Amino acid sequence: MSAVLQTRNLMKRFGGFVATNDVSLSVEQGARHALIGPNGAGKTTLINLLTGALKPTSGRVILQGEDITDLPPHQRVRRGLARTFQVNQLFPEFTPLEAVVLAINEREQLGASAWKPLVRYPQVVDEAAALLERFGLSDVMGERTSRLPYGKQRLLEMALAFAAKPRVLLLDEPAAGVPEEERHEVLAIVRALPSDVTVVLIEHDMDLVFSFADRISVLVSGALFTEGTVAEIAADPRVKAIYLGEDA
Amino acid sequence: MTVIGETTAAVSSTGPEHVAATQLRRRNAWRAYEIVLWLVAIALIFMLPSKALLLTEIAILALFAVSLDLVLGYAGIVSLGHGAFFGLGAYVAGLFAMHFFPEPVTGLLVAGLVSGLLGFVTSFLVLRGSDLTRLMTTLGIALMLAELANQMAWLTGGADGLSGFTVGPILGLFEFDLWGRTGYIYSLVVLFLATWAARRIVNSPFGLSLKAVQGNRVRAAMVGVPAKSRIVVIYTIAAVYAGFAGALLTQTTSFVSPDVLAFHRSADVLLVLVLGGVGYLYGGIIGAIIFTLLRDWFSVITPQYWMFWIGLVLVIIVMVGRENITRWHTFLPAPIQRALARAANWRPGPKIGGGQ
Ligand SMILES: Nc1ncnc2c1ncn2[C@@H]1O[C@H](COP(=O)(O)OP(=O)(O)O)[C@@H](O)[C@H]1O
Ligand SMILES: [Mg+2]
Repeated sequence: MSAVLQTRNLMKRFGGFVATNDVSLSVEQGARHALIGPNGAGKTTLINLLTGALKPTSGRVILQGEDITDLPPHQRVRRGLARTFQVNQLFPEFTPLEAVVLAINEREQLGASAWKPLVRYPQVVDEAAALLERFGLSDVMGERTSRLPYGKQRLLEMALAFAAKPRVLLLDEPAAGVPEEERHEVLAIVRALPSDVTVVLIEHDMDLVFSFADRISVLVSGALFTEGTVAEIAADPRVKAIYLGEDA
Repeated sequence: MTVIGETTAAVSSTGPEHVAATQLRRRNAWRAYEIVLWLVAIALIFMLPSKALLLTEIAILALFAVSLDLVLGYAGIVSLGHGAFFGLGAYVAGLFAMHFFPEPVTGLLVAGLVSGLLGFVTSFLVLRGSDLTRLMTTLGIALMLAELANQMAWLTGGADGLSGFTVGPILGLFEFDLWGRTGYIYSLVVLFLATWAARRIVNSPFGLSLKAVQGNRVRAAMVGVPAKSRIVVIYTIAAVYAGFAGALLTQTTSFVSPDVLAFHRSADVLLVLVLGGVGYLYGGIIGAIIFTLLRDWFSVITPQYWMFWIGLVLVIIVMVGRENITRWHTFLPAPIQRALARAANWRPGPKIGGGQ
């Protein structure tokens, strides 16, 4: 049991509003860790603090024993911390192929190479093609991202995070907004993520959470409400109350 | 065995790696419009020898605008002071020829180097702040440099400009002639090589990362792109290019006017880029052609008021919309659009299915 990602007394204030309240979280190596809680509980804010999209008001973020609180996002990615966004953050003008090639280039530290065209890095091209196939995107790899169906865009979200070969992958509601008939494709990809990658999943679908996760943290009003195994959380009447009260 | 081998080959030639490689290869293939443009530019050496001076002017402006496109279209920085690098290059080329060595290619490289140095140093200022801050920073740097050149009359000749130097034969072989033919060929060769190099740069992993930062800065950071250091590099390269353009002006005219650092240079080149379109390199070249021809045409019909007409064109373009500026062809009837796109984007190599 070793923690790969930890937070210590993490705090985020937006003006007077406390979005993250003294959160000390520990994610074990190789875990399938779900983060649940009602809308507005501060789940996305927590992910933003972990990845450096937001700076915490106080508290620390530790990745594999290293304090990364003051590192910019791109350096956290290089250390193996990747994420997807609840609301798509893609490159609208790029094709999925270009986007994935970009992500692989950066992981391989090729991003500053300014002379050879993209096609002259055959290993990158092959890996990109394999990745696109794995994420069900090979038939649309040449389309503009802005023209892709929403489900495909969600898959590209995950492919881009996954291309970084992360040790820890943070998935912020990967199936959010995906129409029912495309949902299973997204969820199948989530389920099939390799076991050596630690996954932190934010998701509202309790069936998915209970079948996927081995550990669950419940966030309420910015604070860690409770934490436990799937069985413990499933049996906790207070958690049920929170969700029923929210009539989700 | 043969059958299996063939089957494998057939599968792999349509497999995703193959499709991916084909798409990426086509991405940087030369388009028909590029090839036509360069062929016409070469043909003009012979077809319009009497217009060599005008053509030289266009080539120099085009190089300057390509440089600004690297800043605006690839680094995302709106600069109102790009003339600083142009003017510095112009002065350095003049001073270098006067005090050190008259061979122009050497002078060109030195001018590019010095401008690049200024670009590198000032890029850190330009990284800060919003678009408006950047606009003011770039403008401020250019104004300071212009004033500096004016004050240091002992070096720059002040308001009289820098003259009395001779530019030697190119590489010791080709003398500049009175009709400007050598000057045009020289400028065209430099423009071509610079555009060719820029093309490689923007089609490389580095260029892709610049476009990514433009497209979505948040996501670019989250795939590991260090936006700031990439912007420093492209800004520096752009400054080198502007320095080349300034040096070309000095070398083809054997004179440096203080006008090379004047504000209107920075404004003109922005206008050129708006005319030609931002973010695809050739906008600078096409814009330079349109701008110079428009200016000549307006100044013949209304010698006093040509700035008015240029201004009007600018206002119309801006009113039509920033996105539409680069997509002016979308106003044409659909069949013409399709035909144009097909012709302009024609590239050698097999067709790939899917998109249009
Ligand atoms: N940048 C911001 N500025 C101000 N308030 C914010 C900002 N981001 C999030 N919030 C607020 O913080 C709370 C938590 O939001 P969020 O983390 O998105 O919740 P969740 O992902 O759990 O639904 C919400 O009330 C939201 O309005
Ligand atoms: Mg959220």
